[in-house]
Amino acid sequence: MSDSRTPLTEAIAAAGNIILGKERQIRLALACLLARGHLLIEDLPGVGKTTLAHTLAQLLGLHFSRIQFTSDLLPADIVGASIYDREQSTFRFLPGPIFSQLVLADEINRATPKTQSALLEAMEERQVTAEGETRPLPDPFFVIATQNPSHQIGTFALPESQLDRFLMRIDLGYPDRNAERALLAGGNTRERLATLQAILGPAQLKPLQASSAAIHAAPALIDYVQLLVEETRRDPRFVHGLSPRAALALLSAARAWAFIDGRDMVLPEDVQAVFGSVAAHRLRLAQGSGHANPEDLATIIQRTPLP
Amino acid sequence: MKKARAPDHLERASVPWLLACAVSTAAPHTEHLPLWLSAIIGVALLLRTGLWLKNRPLPARWLLALVVVATTAGVYIEYRTLFGRDSGVALLTLFMALKPMEMNRRRDAVVIIMLGFFLLLTHYFYSQSIPTGLWLIASVTLLTATLIRLFGGPQPPVVIARHAAQLLLQALPFMLVLFLLFPRVSGPLWGLPQDAHSSRSGLPENIAPGSISELILNGAIAFRIRFTGTPPANSVLYWRGPVMDEFDGRAWKPAFLGRMASPQIEARGESIAYELTLEPHNQRWLLALDAPLELPQNATLSMRMQALAREPVRLRSRFTLRSSTDYRAGLEETQQILSASLQLPAKGNPRARTLAAGWQQKHSNPQAIAAEAQLLFRQENFVYTLNPPLLGENSIDQFLFETKSGFCEHYASTFVFLMRAAGVPARIVAGYQGGEFNPIDGYVVVRQSDAHAWAEIWIAGRGWVRVDPTAAIAPSRVEQGIAAALPEGETLPVMARIDLDWLRQLRFRWEAINNTWNQWVLGYNPDRQRELLSRFGLGDIDWRGMTALLSALCGLALLGITVWTLWQRPRTDAAHRAWQRFCKQLAKRGAPRREAWEGPLAYASRVASVRPDYGDIVHRAARCYAKARYGNADGASMPALREAVRQLPNRWRFF
Repeated sequence: MSDSRTPLTEAIAAAGNIILGKERQIRLALACLLARGHLLIEDLPGVGKTTLAHTLAQLLGLHFSRIQFTSDLLPADIVGASIYDREQSTFRFLPGPIFSQLVLADEINRATPKTQSALLEAMEERQVTAEGETRPLPDPFFVIATQNPSHQIGTFALPESQLDRFLMRIDLGYPDRNAERALLAGGNTRERLATLQAILGPAQLKPLQASSAAIHAAPALIDYVQLLVEETRRDPRFVHGLSPRAALALLSAARAWAFIDGRDMVLPEDVQAVFGSVAAHRLRLAQGSGHANPEDLATIIQRTPLP
Repeated sequence: MKKARAPDHLERASVPWLLACAVSTAAPHTEHLPLWLSAIIGVALLLRTGLWLKNRPLPARWLLALVVVATTAGVYIEYRTLFGRDSGVALLTLFMALKPMEMNRRRDAVVIIMLGFFLLLTHYFYSQSIPTGLWLIASVTLLTATLIRLFGGPQPPVVIARHAAQLLLQALPFMLVLFLLFPRVSGPLWGLPQDAHSSRSGLPENIAPGSISELILNGAIAFRIRFTGTPPANSVLYWRGPVMDEFDGRAWKPAFLGRMASPQIEARGESIAYELTLEPHNQRWLLALDAPLELPQNATLSMRMQALAREPVRLRSRFTLRSSTDYRAGLEETQQILSASLQLPAKGNPRARTLAAGWQQKHSNPQAIAAEAQLLFRQENFVYTLNPPLLGENSIDQFLFETKSGFCEHYASTFVFLMRAAGVPARIVAGYQGGEFNPIDGYVVVRQSDAHAWAEIWIAGRGWVRVDPTAAIAPSRVEQGIAAALPEGETLPVMARIDLDWLRQLRFRWEAINNTWNQWVLGYNPDRQRELLSRFGLGDIDWRGMTALLSALCGLALLGITVWTLWQRPRTDAAHRAWQRFCKQLAKRGAPRREAWEGPLAYASRVASVRPDYGDIVHRAARCYAKARYGNADGASMPALREAVRQLPNRWRFF
């Protein structure tokens, strides 16, 4: 088993060379991908959201496309459209950028809700219906969406139901002093990115996803997941607690985290490690607007003794 | 200026809980508090609720102090004391309403809850009925729930209420054991209830026209009887109360004759055993069925054949008696009593005297004279009514020859007068007649409205013979009860004149419940306790033995609850237990304590960073534990864990 995981460790190390001081986020992104979920990165412009997506695509050897969301972007710009082929006198479907293995949806909250929902539907169904014809999306299919903090001007906040389709939400934050210094002293990131070698391919990724899903979760651990979820439902700070879907997401993310960590069973630590990223964007605060932050979730963890 | 929050700062969300506690514990007291005090309490609680709703600051300390001093002075003026039950309860209730005004910290809240528990207890000074009990149970649940809310943080009210109810249910076995076995003293522990010495409705000591008809309007229960056999017919149920033999021209009262032995009573029919539960009436008479043969230990038979308790009956009491309705009594009556039974005022009522003198000449036989009087009542259009016309100076004459309408006391009084005037010793007996059989619990209920007065004449060779002149005019009074005897349209208590069948059924049921409560809960006195214990072969246990038994049973109950709780607790598996012990041992050796939420590997790294000397041991144990508890079950992991746990240095190991 450790053999199959070696490329993952290598990929984390290689990504760590490009995105400095963000190993935790790289691991979370990778875990998200292994758990067949989509990732939402929320942070200020310029902290390396796009670079992270790019790096992952490069390292995993995935076909990559990027959609820059703007307020005038239309669903057809994502999904694709049929155009008339004069030579063959027929309409031919020209697939949009969504037909890629890794899609970077940049600044997703700048687009109108209609366009947003076109993407989010594709994420959920893993297929696209355009002009009456349903076309499957590639497998693996992985969306990394980025969004600016919602208080910025000209944004359309994603509705709850659509936020739920992202397995995790992470933020990158400013690099620490040493990492930033290394970044400034080092060469051009873009150039280094271009020289990155693929460590995995789509063919290797699928068995890895399968073995991540097979990681053992003991009854005691499932008890623990239930306790955590129940605690969020009891907590008056949130409008609603976590849904059963969120509980499933938490468990599969914890499995992926345990897999990356090189274990064949899930430990409470794994659940705790992914809890913040899986739960925070699904818990709306009762007071004020916005969603739970990591401190709220840390108190939930600390209030829930291990069974 | 924003003050830093005190560590025991009271959460805003727990304020409504505390206010509810204040209301539920203070509210029942308003029934007997003076109006001004109830008003202050209500206003204070309303104000406090308003402050909470508007999130406004609480009033200043000096203002509160002023209010407390003023109202305490008010209580003093009202009761003329600050001690004793009534003023004490008034003060406590007042404080309960005012304390929320200075409720900033959790400590204040705890004071309110403790005060609440105490205040609840004081309700029993005033009422011990079933509704009171239910209200208090609800209040205790509320107080407990508030405690849970205070210290348990925010939870949905339903969860808190369920938790509180659970706690109280766990206290139930103790409650039962304490109730059944706590050494009892007669009467309430806190002394006599307030109403014990005040006037209670019941038979009057003297009988004048109108004194019994007043009682008829009262539907309250006088006493209850349970017959050992089948209850005798209503027409022989004469419950003997005060006997009166001195007449002053208007009212009858017992003559003062000094102490004398009680007359011989000889039963002729079979004797009837019964148990009588008497409501307190502040008099000594027990209302035994005429005539009593056997009395309870603490009662005596008077010279007028009354069953008398040693002390006035001030608490609901139970007596076991035996009577016979067919008897001969007072064959050898003393001269004093006989002459007292012939006494008449020197003058007045001349026409009645003349009439009686005529009878005396006509008949030599007292029975014939009595029959003559009864015949008179029957033939001369006499009316039985609750509202007779008022009588003047010569009341007997006026009644006999003019108004001709009256109630049982009129007939009894006139009859006795006539007998005495005709030279037959006679006297008035007051008491109750009849009763209502409750088919639900088999008790016969006698109400104040069953009050009655009848006559007794003494015949040589036969002793005292009961004559009920009312029976001559209104035979149904004796056979069917008061409601049947009175003409339509006369006011009667609702209780006595119920025709609706379902309502009657409902009343029977409610009274049966109340009676059970009285008999078994309120009436659980030293006798009942002894009776119960003797059923378990502990008849001659003293209070020491009882206390020992009590402690033993409480301990047993505690043990039972503990076992049950342990059973309920999710049983931790062996790996978890071993790991917990291991972590405890580590903490004893100076390693950081494991947080309850901390996973094994995380804890291991934390310990290793603080105590590198334990690093290897703890890492290994954590790995083994993780494998045993969270891994795919395989038999080898548990022994490995045990082995790893055993690596700790042996010095302080206790297991």
